[in-house]
Amino acid sequence: MSANLVALAYLIASVFFILALKGLSSPITARRGNLFGMVGMTIAVIATLTVTKNWALILFCIAMGGIIGAVVAKRVQMTAMPELVAFMHSLVGLAAVFIAITAVNNPVSFGLPAMLTMGSKLELFLGTFIGAMTWSGSVIAFLKLSGRMSGAPITFSGQHMFNLILALVMVGFGLWFFFSETTNWTAFASMTVIAFVLGFLIIIPIGGADMPVVISMLNSYSGWAAAGIGFSLGNPMLIIAGSLVGSSGAILSYIMCKAMNRSFLSVILGGFGSAGGTIAASDGTQKNHRSGSSDDAAFLMGNADSVIIVPGYGLAVARAQHSVKELAEKLHEKGINVRFAVHPVAGRMPGHMNVLLAEAEIPYEQVLELDEINSDFSSTDVVLVLGANDVVNPAAYITGSPIYGMPILDAHKARTVMVVKRSMAAGYAGLDNDLFYMDKTMMVFGDAKKVVENMVKAL
Amino acid sequence: MIGEVDPTIINITVFVLAIFVGYHVVWNVTPALHTPLMSVTNAISGIILVGAMLAAGSAESDWGVWLGAVAVVLAAINVFGGFLVTQRMLEMFRKKDKKGNA
Repeated sequence: MSANLVALAYLIASVFFILALKGLSSPITARRGNLFGMVGMTIAVIATLTVTKNWALILFCIAMGGIIGAVVAKRVQMTAMPELVAFMHSLVGLAAVFIAITAVNNPVSFGLPAMLTMGSKLELFLGTFIGAMTWSGSVIAFLKLSGRMSGAPITFSGQHMFNLILALVMVGFGLWFFFSETTNWTAFASMTVIAFVLGFLIIIPIGGADMPVVISMLNSYSGWAAAGIGFSLGNPMLIIAGSLVGSSGAILSYIMCKAMNRSFLSVILGGFGSAGGTIAASDGTQKNHRSGSSDDAAFLMGNADSVIIVPGYGLAVARAQHSVKELAEKLHEKGINVRFAVHPVAGRMPGHMNVLLAEAEIPYEQVLELDEINSDFSSTDVVLVLGANDVVNPAAYITGSPIYGMPILDAHKARTVMVVKRSMAAGYAGLDNDLFYMDKTMMVFGDAKKVVENMVKAL
Repeated sequence: MIGEVDPTIINITVFVLAIFVGYHVVWNVTPALHTPLMSVTNAISGIILVGAMLAAGSAESDWGVWLGAVAVVLAAINVFGGFLVTQRMLEMFRKKDKKGNA
């Protein structure tokens, strides 16, 4: 195929990718959207094959990767989606670095001049640097999310200064790479290694609570890495697809930051939130909370007309989504109006809770977003908070509170509130939650799954 | 036109316009589908496969071809894993749909 035809095929593939993203505007069109994505990818791959050699090798490698990918996609638990996504970001990053290395090694094979121009060198520098950071950052995110590494932020004094110096050294090597007459491998390799190290250092101080932002940010990086390689190779397909992914990740990061009332910069600078959650410093007064058994809770729900369930991170950890579905069905049979209120940061990645509830086959008409349901809390009999904390903390309305201004679910406005939690420990924000001490609140201590199972039995 | 335009300028044009398209399309994605959005964009960023194929399919055979081949495997994991897991998740949203109508 001529270069022009390949470019046209890339244009068609790009349109399919845009349609793939557009399809996600509703669960009804989403599956067709995903299909469009697959078609787009197939077109891009076939068009590229026509201009490459070593078909046997390429097809063999695609098949190998395809089999691994298919097995992973089939086996992964829905609770482990954040880890899978982080793992896949890391692959894009590493692939970008490998491609950049081959391009530096042999520019002619990509249709670049044998002696790289300054522009090409700059583009390769960007592609490599973003790719390397995406790889190492995603590896850390993967380790943190899968519990192989503590979610607690790792900080040391002078961390930001150290990172800054390292970044400057990296740029220094980059400049050396630009201005070298021949291919300067020392400069290129040093720069790549430093970018890898920077990726690690930038993610380690970020705490578990900020993972939804981190994972969205790395999503964005993986797109920019692809786009960067696109610039290096002068390939519009990579530029377009990479930018689509890059902007998508950036928007998700923004939405997550907003939902947590955190500035993007403060997330990046890190050090916020620990994995376990500690009891917040009290203001001196001893506050009392009322606790009850799961039977009491079941009784209260059984006598209500309307129940809103607020699922949180604790539900995902306890893998209680299937028990919750049983509970919802039981209540539904009794003619009780049961709905779910999902906060944007519920779960460990954007939209994670929706997927977990979908997996448990809870009809999505019953699952509502914050703005859709928030005004209904005041007319609701019982709110059941399952392993959520900061997202229902009324302190968000108090000026001067660290979470002031954060959009929350107004659980405190309901007639009765029941909170299922393992202990009185504070959430990620390290704040005490006044909701737990209200007269109308009953705490049910225990593992979310066990408590919910007991409630189902009691109903 | 006005004369020959540097390919880099054309690339930047494409880049900026693609960001705009991405920006507007993604804002319309329903929050309930943000996880599938992330996994499908994961698959789409597997487009780096194209670059990897060019590296592995280079006429001159040296170690670059092998490094490219490894990149092809990595990118293919992303493409297949991303699209298939997205499909699996979206099927879950369908199941409920059927039940809801029944």
